[in-house]
Amino acid sequence: MTAMIIETEKNKWEVICGLEIHCQIVSNSKMFSGASTEYGAEPNHNVSFIDAGMPGMLPTLNEECVRQAIKTGLGLNAKINKYSEFSRKNYFYADLPQGYQITQFQYPLVGEGSLEVETEDGSRRTIGIERIHIEQDAGKSIHDLDPSMTFVDLNRAGVGLMEIVTKADFRSPEEAGEFLRKLRSIVRYLGTCDGNMDEGSMRCDVNVSVRKVGETSFRPRSEMKNVNSVRFVMQAIESEAKRHVEVYENGGTIEQETRQFDPASGTSKLMRKKEFAHDYRYFPEPDLLPLVLTDEYIENIKKEMVELPDAKKARFINELGITPYDAMVLCENREVAEFFEKAAAGHDAKKVANWMMGDFFALLNKDGLSIHESPISAENLGKLVDLITKGVINGKTAKDVFEMMAESGVSPEKIVEEKGLKQVTDTAAIEAIIDKIIADNPANVEAYRNGKTGLMGWFVGQVMKASGGKANPAVVNGLLQSRLS
Amino acid sequence: MTDLTKLTIAQALDGLKKKEFSAVELTKDYISQMEKNKYTNAYVLETPEVALKQAEISDKKYADNTPGSLEGIPMGIKDLFCTKGIRTTACSHILDGFVPQYESTVTQKLLDAGISVLGKLNMDEFAMGGSNETSYYGPVVNPWKAKNSSADLVPGGSSGGSAAAVAAQMCAGATATDTGGSIRQPSAFCGVTGIKPTYGRCSRYGIVAFASSLDQAGPIGKDVRDCAILLKTMSGHDDKDSTSARVEVPDFEKFLGQNIKGMRIGIPKEYRVDGLNKEVEKYWDEGIAMLKARGAEIVDISLPHTKYALPTYYIIAPAEASANLARYDGIRYGLRVNGEHLDNLYINTRSEGFGKEVKRRIMMGTYVLSAGYYDAYYLKAQKVRRKIVEDFQAAFEKCDLILTPTAPTPAFPIGDKSMQENPITMWLNDVFTVSISLAGLPAMSLPIGLTSDGLPLGLQVIGKAFDEGDVFKVASALEEDAKFEGVM
Repeated sequence: MTAMIIETEKNKWEVICGLEIHCQIVSNSKMFSGASTEYGAEPNHNVSFIDAGMPGMLPTLNEECVRQAIKTGLGLNAKINKYSEFSRKNYFYADLPQGYQITQFQYPLVGEGSLEVETEDGSRRTIGIERIHIEQDAGKSIHDLDPSMTFVDLNRAGVGLMEIVTKADFRSPEEAGEFLRKLRSIVRYLGTCDGNMDEGSMRCDVNVSVRKVGETSFRPRSEMKNVNSVRFVMQAIESEAKRHVEVYENGGTIEQETRQFDPASGTSKLMRKKEFAHDYRYFPEPDLLPLVLTDEYIENIKKEMVELPDAKKARFINELGITPYDAMVLCENREVAEFFEKAAAGHDAKKVANWMMGDFFALLNKDGLSIHESPISAENLGKLVDLITKGVINGKTAKDVFEMMAESGVSPEKIVEEKGLKQVTDTAAIEAIIDKIIADNPANVEAYRNGKTGLMGWFVGQVMKASGGKANPAVVNGLLQSRLS
Repeated sequence: MTDLTKLTIAQALDGLKKKEFSAVELTKDYISQMEKNKYTNAYVLETPEVALKQAEISDKKYADNTPGSLEGIPMGIKDLFCTKGIRTTACSHILDGFVPQYESTVTQKLLDAGISVLGKLNMDEFAMGGSNETSYYGPVVNPWKAKNSSADLVPGGSSGGSAAAVAAQMCAGATATDTGGSIRQPSAFCGVTGIKPTYGRCSRYGIVAFASSLDQAGPIGKDVRDCAILLKTMSGHDDKDSTSARVEVPDFEKFLGQNIKGMRIGIPKEYRVDGLNKEVEKYWDEGIAMLKARGAEIVDISLPHTKYALPTYYIIAPAEASANLARYDGIRYGLRVNGEHLDNLYINTRSEGFGKEVKRRIMMGTYVLSAGYYDAYYLKAQKVRRKIVEDFQAAFEKCDLILTPTAPTPAFPIGDKSMQENPITMWLNDVFTVSISLAGLPAMSLPIGLTSDGLPLGLQVIGKAFDEGDVFKVASALEEDAKFEGVM
């Protein structure tokens, strides 16, 4: 993958980027309380006394959140730390009821790992994972409901988060974008985070710096908080890198600072300079014991791991014979991949892939449906492909049958049977049609025989039309050729 | 009929079972005693109507022969325990009008066992203090007075209301908490008995947090037996507190009166400091002699890091407190003093809501956790804490229990100038108790005798972790020999 180089008259600048991704953990209840994590509930509905920071309330760890983070760590080829600790990160804000966030600081649950990304040109790079720690989310402050008041919704307060910190390994916006897509695909496969950046269940802080090609140390970076889509992350990296270059080229200096990326203008603005950075006064959380895991515990989680996209993709290419591109598309989403595998079972996998990539996705897109909501089941899609392969219906009829399946959800055999759509391969019946068409169109026959062979298509079309689309096109072609010559 | 408030819990339970009197009668006697001794200011909230209703239910249970283990026993609850439907303020202005919708685990266990709740007891604000003078509701007056003096004395702190109420028979027993000596020192000052159990013995759920790694609930009672009875009910693992221990709760009462012959009693040389109050020293020696006379073996031990305990405590406890008290921000409950912006709201609320000592500790705690100071203060204090734990582990190789004075002095007058001017003088009250808190060990204070001025002094019996049984065993022997007479 080619690195992004910003060339100026004097210099070549290399872009350096690292990401911190906050993933909301999929769990029924919050990380340190029994309150529900359901999204979209009435404001302040899913709030326990613990989440509200009531006096004397104590956190107790939800083991499910730990399991989910370990799964994610394993999915990112990372070391699971058998000893980890919780810490308090202290700051005041209206939506932080305890006045501190319970997080992990010195001893995170997951250590170093890596993820290989592949960009469109097919080149690959390995991105290092620095650590993954688990922590609780804050609530939401709503400033725009009233001119003089802020409203606070604590439904999100205490929901479990995994913070995935990468090394400063990205050298282009594309790499960061690919990484995020792949990460999202992995956490969705694992069911550890739903990956919806627009709902805020996956949020990204972007660290950007530049350096002259050949320099080995890093220059000061800016951190852009809460960038909420893959596209914006890529834009933020590019625009921020350009800004750095401009500052340096004009003789200025960049200081470490926190910025806010504005997708509307495509630029970032200063939030906080380093000297105003919070002193979070981290210290070990005395309400929770250190988290100590056994090898057996980790091994048991390993056994529950599902096949991840890379492995699935390789298997689809090698065992089912589909193209790398189709495999990549079909494997991005676990449900899609599973649908495909089910549909392809016992049928022509390549054809099934073609149908899915074409008409099937078009259908879902048109109606804005998820794969779960597909009116056509995987089994029925497989059967449809089978009917074509076995010559029961032709390709054109298949498209009509597909439409009918989409509308009714009925199996293709039943549709073909009930509507009498079986392909006609009976030469006698087709010959009768051909005879009638030849008799009815003497002028065209004459023209064809005088060398206007392009009319063949017209004849085929007439026969197909007369047969109600059911005639086997190969048979029609053969018979027409012999009759017209 | 005799005054029922003179009875210990053990005696009262006996009388209730035998139907010699009813729970309502017992409760009424305590309520009138509360009226009589209002001058102590031991209660910040009296709930006689709640207590009487509970007592009526208790009487029904006695009639049905289904009484709980503490059925009908009227108790006072330290205002640090959240009590469902009953105002709980930790004696701080910042929790004005706060009525919890939940019950602390410890008080729930007591309620389940059948107690009736007479009210909420005064204490130092957020349990920060050693004289009960930091309470937003004013100081508690110790029921004891020095001979030939009318000066009001402090009851000690932070559980000053608990100790004073038990001493003045304003409740049969009280809940209390101890972070650096808050059960033991007031027990000593008021001539009553109190035990801080091992850290993790009682659940902290629903107790307003001061310093999470040190806070422990425990009872203050009229005698050792009452403490044993109360602690049994208050103890036990709680799923809602990750730091509560999964250990068996023994029947502490069965240790009372057991032979202590051959037990090794450690006497730490570091506690015999220069200038130790002569009368405190005299009673310590008497206590040693009593145990020796019963065949215990007296062993000299050393706890070399004792001198660092106080500074260590005054780094760790404020550090934790600075975070624990961050939730009192005026946003969701308690006092709110509005301001133009959020920051002003915080500043106004916390400036007005917290008292001087609490602010001092929040500032100290914030400081020792700050970037650049963390290693020099907090981290170092944690290392010293480990050393202190190891001191005790080494000492307990040589002995089974440790005997020391509870506090360096008897109760002092309210408003003592030297303490008001220099907080460190006040903190020195904790000199014999904080090491034990840092090490998480169980320790009991029981009254051993009166000074020549007629003020009570206490001895402290320190045990190994989760070995409260031996503490009760030795404390009951000392109690029997000391023949201490209560104030009333």
